[in-house]
Amino acid sequence: MADQQVDARGLSCPMPIVKTAQAVKAMASGQTVEVLATDAGAVKDFAAWAKTTGNEMVEQTVDGGVYRFVMRKK
Amino acid sequence: MTVAELPISPETLPAPEPAPEGATRQGIAIICYSGDLEKTWAAMILASTAGAMGMPAKVFITFWGLQTFVKPSRRVTGDNWMQKMLSIMSRPGIAHRKLSKMNFMGMGPWMMRSLARKYNVSSPAELLEMAQMLGVEFVPCQMTMDMFGIKYEDLMDGMGEPVGAATYLGFVADGAAPLFI
Repeated sequence: MADQQVDARGLSCPMPIVKTAQAVKAMASGQTVEVLATDAGAVKDFAAWAKTTGNEMVEQTVDGGVYRFVMRKK
Repeated sequence: MTVAELPISPETLPAPEPAPEGATRQGIAIICYSGDLEKTWAAMILASTAGAMGMPAKVFITFWGLQTFVKPSRRVTGDNWMQKMLSIMSRPGIAHRKLSKMNFMGMGPWMMRSLARKYNVSSPAELLEMAQMLGVEFVPCQMTMDMFGIKYEDLMDGMGEPVGAATYLGFVADGAAPLFI
């Protein structure tokens, strides 16, 4: 179970990333965040976000058009 | 004189220093020049995303872009009749941006806003709020403020200290990627 959840389902670019960044800001290093998104651009966007911010992508899955990402704060 | 004989040849020039590890992380410096709705939107998307990416981001607000950042409560700005007339003809504030094309007396922006709501696209005002929360700095142009008669109190809360072009170029000299929108 992740420490934080972000439900970005239905939101368009750039809100899934922006909302995730806000949640991660309040987290401690090593904690994880689980993000749900339906924006098809999210797969590449979250990969780029994780790479740039240095946070680790732990898991990514897709289920019926809903993308799920679990990332760990560096 | 051939290329090889030139006093400064590629061989004699100092080699560029290799970029240090993580050197791409020097952020962006956006010039928000246009007051058009579509360009304001693009600038706010990039500013909020830069904040979310943890990139240092600065937005230099100037010319028509400065009018975007006037408080919604300020309808008429300026000291003399020309400045006042300008704000009457072109209403300041982020909620009153017009499209550069297909404005059709406000019909175009209305349709854009309806489509944005339908597809859950955040408005420029919402993106601005997010950008500010994520630490993006907005710096007003002193020269435009003087020319349009816009005072610091006329601008939205949280704007930086008014500066000039040299400060913006300083951001670029420090390694920020320049963007003119």
